[in-house]
Amino acid sequence: MRIFTLVDCNNFYVSCERLFRPELRCRPVVVLSNNDGCVIARSQEAKAIGVPMAAPAFKYKNFFQQNNVEVFSSNYALYGDLSQRVTSALASITPDLEVYSIDESFLEFPPCMLRELPSIGQEIRDRILKWTGIPVSVGFGPTKTLAKIASRFAKKHPQTKGIFSLCARKDMDRLLGKVPVTGVWGIGRRHGKRLISRGVNTARDFKDLPNLWIKKSMSITGLHTALELRGTPCFELDNSPQPKKTVSSSRSFGRPVSSLPELEESVAAYVARAGEKLRDQNSLAGGVMVYLTTNRHNNLPQYSNSATRMLSVATDYTPELIRTGLQCIRSIYKEGFKYKKTGIVLLDICGKYNRQTNLLELERKNESAKKEKLMDLLDSANTRFGRRTLSYASEGLEQPWKMNRNYKSPAYTTCWDELPEIG
Amino acid sequence: MKYLCAETFSPKTTTKLELPILLSEVIAGFPSPADDYIDKKMDLNEQLISNPAATFLVRAYGDSMLDANINQGDILVVDRSQDAHHNSIIIAIFNGELTVKRLIQREGKLFLAPENPDYPILEITEDISFEVWGVVTYIIHKAI
Repeated sequence: MRIFTLVDCNNFYVSCERLFRPELRCRPVVVLSNNDGCVIARSQEAKAIGVPMAAPAFKYKNFFQQNNVEVFSSNYALYGDLSQRVTSALASITPDLEVYSIDESFLEFPPCMLRELPSIGQEIRDRILKWTGIPVSVGFGPTKTLAKIASRFAKKHPQTKGIFSLCARKDMDRLLGKVPVTGVWGIGRRHGKRLISRGVNTARDFKDLPNLWIKKSMSITGLHTALELRGTPCFELDNSPQPKKTVSSSRSFGRPVSSLPELEESVAAYVARAGEKLRDQNSLAGGVMVYLTTNRHNNLPQYSNSATRMLSVATDYTPELIRTGLQCIRSIYKEGFKYKKTGIVLLDICGKYNRQTNLLELERKNESAKKEKLMDLLDSANTRFGRRTLSYASEGLEQPWKMNRNYKSPAYTTCWDELPEIG
Repeated sequence: MKYLCAETFSPKTTTKLELPILLSEVIAGFPSPADDYIDKKMDLNEQLISNPAATFLVRAYGDSMLDANINQGDILVVDRSQDAHHNSIIIAIFNGELTVKRLIQREGKLFLAPENPDYPILEITEDISFEVWGVVTYIIHKAI
């Protein structure tokens, strides 16, 4: 039997915020989404006093104050850094590792280690907590889907002490009978609803359905999920993720924005950021898509639209990408609306070193070498001295449309000026 | 812009600041014929950080560790994967607060000792919440 493992960080964002603020360990803590919109992470204590997931921050302002809840804006510089540390700590235990999300990784151990699972689980928990300060839950199973369910048991039931195994269990049916069908990895809300309406309520009910029926109504992925629940691995560790096909950047504004110049600034800033990501992964973009939208949740006139323009030659040269992005936003902008958000997507991404070139470009070789030098210089200056040390005038200087982050903790681990001060 | 920040410091060991090791001694004012024998390039990270995943940087605040050469503003390299021993300089959580002190073990008791006679030695008794946050491995002090 194969041994898949899911390592899941407990209340990850909250745990990150607590690392340098140990006094928050026993207090209710929540982290808000971009723009301080709604709750995206809650400590155990916050769950206990009844803060729901996705609670809108403005509705809960008084509640937070009355209950002494510590509120944070999301601090992705910190979370990303700690996530990487957790990953490297796991990689020191086994190289068979797939980073699945910012707070979850799959590992695989050889079948001969079946008897040692309790001590492996303990080693994982101890090492991650000691090195990074982040508590994790560990689930073992003969497939990825079962490992995921096991980690759910480990997290929900304190008597498991954070470690649970679904490997070689005689009481598998009883345990799967406790898992709601919507709690199974890969069964989304839409399929879940349909299954429940047919009396399929638990993971156990689901795995006992006939193959043909599942394949017909849920396609091959649904069938794979059922097979995985029965103990047959269909999903492998994917340790070589494909390069991304698109690169995107978008944010909600801190306040409604109506004027074209401000929208242009935001588009230029997002394109500039996406250009950095692009060069960082050694890719070129073949096109730019820009979208803008008003706030669906108010009664004002609504408008949203998008525009796409392809480039004659794929490039990672930001000025050219910005020029294209600005053409897009100008073509869809309409006066008289209060916009909530713009976003950009770089399309048709290809590798820098294995793409088609054209004759025109060969002729302008000198020019493209110059452009490359300029981008290198820009990126290294911004890496060395901080993001936006050098930026394009079209991005604007003040950026008054920028999002709200009123409760952000310092970038403790990624910024010289924000290191924790300890006396 | 409010901050000048090095976006990539966590500590990052992929960047390299390379300094040549000269096998000859440095003699002021006389070019050494041994300069041809440059051995290899040195990376400060290699010396200061043995476990990047578990290493954090913090800034020292206050003067309670003056006699241990820790001055206000110094950068402390803290390795969480190391075990604390008697005499280790540690970052501790003492009653919910982070503090830097020397860990002393004496006659079966534990103490957090400052390195400045103006400050009291703290005994770690049962009614105090105490935890080792990490072990200080290097003190980076600016000389000018």
